Amino acid sequence: MKEFGGKALFLDRNDINTDEIIPAKYLTENTKMALQSFILEDLKLGGFDPRKDIEGKGVIITRANFGCGSSREHAVWVFEVNDINVVIAESFARIFRQNMYNCGMLAIELPKKDIETLFGLGEAVKISVDLGACTITAQGDKKVVIPFKLNEFDKKLVEAGGWLAYADKNY
Amino acid sequence: MGKTIAEKIFAAHLRDTPTPENVILDIDVVMCHEITTPIAITDLEARGMDRVFDTSKIKAVIDHVTPSKDSKTATQGKIIRDWARRHKIQDFFDIGANGVCHALFPEKGFIRPGYTVIMGDSHTCTHGAFGAFAAGVGTTDLEVGILKGVCSFRTPETMRITITGSLQDGVSAKDVILFIIKELTVNGATDKVMEFVGPVVEGMSMEARMTLCNMAIEAGATCGICLPDRVTAKYLWPFIKDQYESIDIAVEDFTRWHSDPDAEYVKEMTLDVSKLAPQVTFGYKPDEVKSVTEMDGTPVDQVYIGSCTNGRIEDLRSAARILKGKKIAANVRGILSPATPKVYAQALEEGLIAIFMEAGFCVTNPTCGACLGMSNGVLAEGEICASTTNRNFNGRMGKGGIVHLMSPLTAAATAVQGHITDPRNLL
Repeated sequence: MKEFGGKALFLDRNDINTDEIIPAKYLTENTKMALQSFILEDLKLGGFDPRKDIEGKGVIITRANFGCGSSREHAVWVFEVNDINVVIAESFARIFRQNMYNCGMLAIELPKKDIETLFGLGEAVKISVDLGACTITAQGDKKVVIPFKLNEFDKKLVEAGGWLAYADKNY
Repeated sequence: MGKTIAEKIFAAHLRDTPTPENVILDIDVVMCHEITTPIAITDLEARGMDRVFDTSKIKAVIDHVTPSKDSKTATQGKIIRDWARRHKIQDFFDIGANGVCHALFPEKGFIRPGYTVIMGDSHTCTHGAFGAFAAGVGTTDLEVGILKGVCSFRTPETMRITITGSLQDGVSAKDVILFIIKELTVNGATDKVMEFVGPVVEGMSMEARMTLCNMAIEAGATCGICLPDRVTAKYLWPFIKDQYESIDIAVEDFTRWHSDPDAEYVKEMTLDVSKLAPQVTFGYKPDEVKSVTEMDGTPVDQVYIGSCTNGRIEDLRSAARILKGKKIAANVRGILSPATPKVYAQALEEGLIAIFMEAGFCVTNPTCGACLGMSNGVLAEGEICASTTNRNFNGRMGKGGIVHLMSPLTAAATAVQGHITDPRNLL
């Protein structure tokens, strides 16, 4: 099972699409690692610089409909190879969300008010995830503990290390 | 309680129910292209699992970048080709036989009412036009689909969209779906099935229904779906005539998939299209849509006609209607990508290719082409493209470029005038 947690990268925008996360021209790469430096290259977001802001981060915190658009799982892999295994959002696009769990990663949905709370914790926020208790602990200007819902099937995928491992055992 | 078409299809394919919200479905058709399949293939090989659950249910094509433009894309083509040969996958379409997947596979009769269909491509929802549950998935879902013939989904909630009135001359399915996406927003149908019903849908050809369902994903939908009927049966007749004694009997059989009168919908939307004008996107999201009259005058550099949304023969005929006997504006370059070899051949026979070429268009081979900025027709910084594709995301057709989505008719009119314009004025 993957390790979940770390410094947060705040992406303060709705509808961040998978073309912004990893442009199509990079989909000709043969390995996941080759995608590493292209992360969020086309993201339209004032103040964001992918060359500087990704370094050392382990968690993304964002708004609604994250990962919309193309089904490209490369959008998940590019986070994975940059050691970001958790995305916390108000909501996710269906295919992106499923791809996260299929890779044994966490796509955590929180109510709008909890996302607001996280955005209000300042610039340097550290997140830790307790899968057993289903809580997120966020340490920024202050410390908050936020519960999240984890569907039983999604939990099984994360514990198995992904859908392939789970399906191989069960089907 | 009655069932929706999606619920009926789920019930007929149910393999397992791990939780009340999650089901595992048996998949009738697993479709593959060269961008999202190779990593699944090499992963299966690395794990000593180089197997295919049922070769007759796998369809594969090279379409996104074709013919290959560099070593990387040549390698992707090679991986999928070698895999198809190794496993004796009959329905693999290589260079010369290949075309845009969501245009090619319907042409081959691979999709039937009541089928479950997955592909590592978000526009898989196109095939809902046949009354199938067709959804785009990622590479891992595709990998498991190839290996096991199953896929997980959450139980389907359906939005019913009733389209009434009648389309004016010059207004098409593309305009309807752009308007629907504007109304719903890119997040308006997330995790929902969009069921398209009503007299306007019933009056649509299969190609128009495919255009409609193709862009369901742009509202966030799991898929789009139309109820299979006589139009569906006639389109599929060459492929199903051995299964049914007559088209009437096929039509009758298809009704078993229809949503029950007491089926439950999470949302209902009714749209009267009688006054609908051609629609055009203006920003970097498919829901940023305006009527063509508001966009009139926007200059363009490139006009692209093609794609899984609008690259079929009816789309070419539509554009040719405007282009016949005319030349495109001096400030515009026009590119046409007929979606499949059959479309291309038919367009040649009907004299449409000549119309496009005489107007000044470049005609390419069947390919996804300019749609994704991966192969040909890429925009330079600051350039503007009027396009019949399905996405206008930032940088999609080229870094620093912008794409305005529209119908083939509007694109053709735009090419002639050199700026976005109402095609109805040129009819």
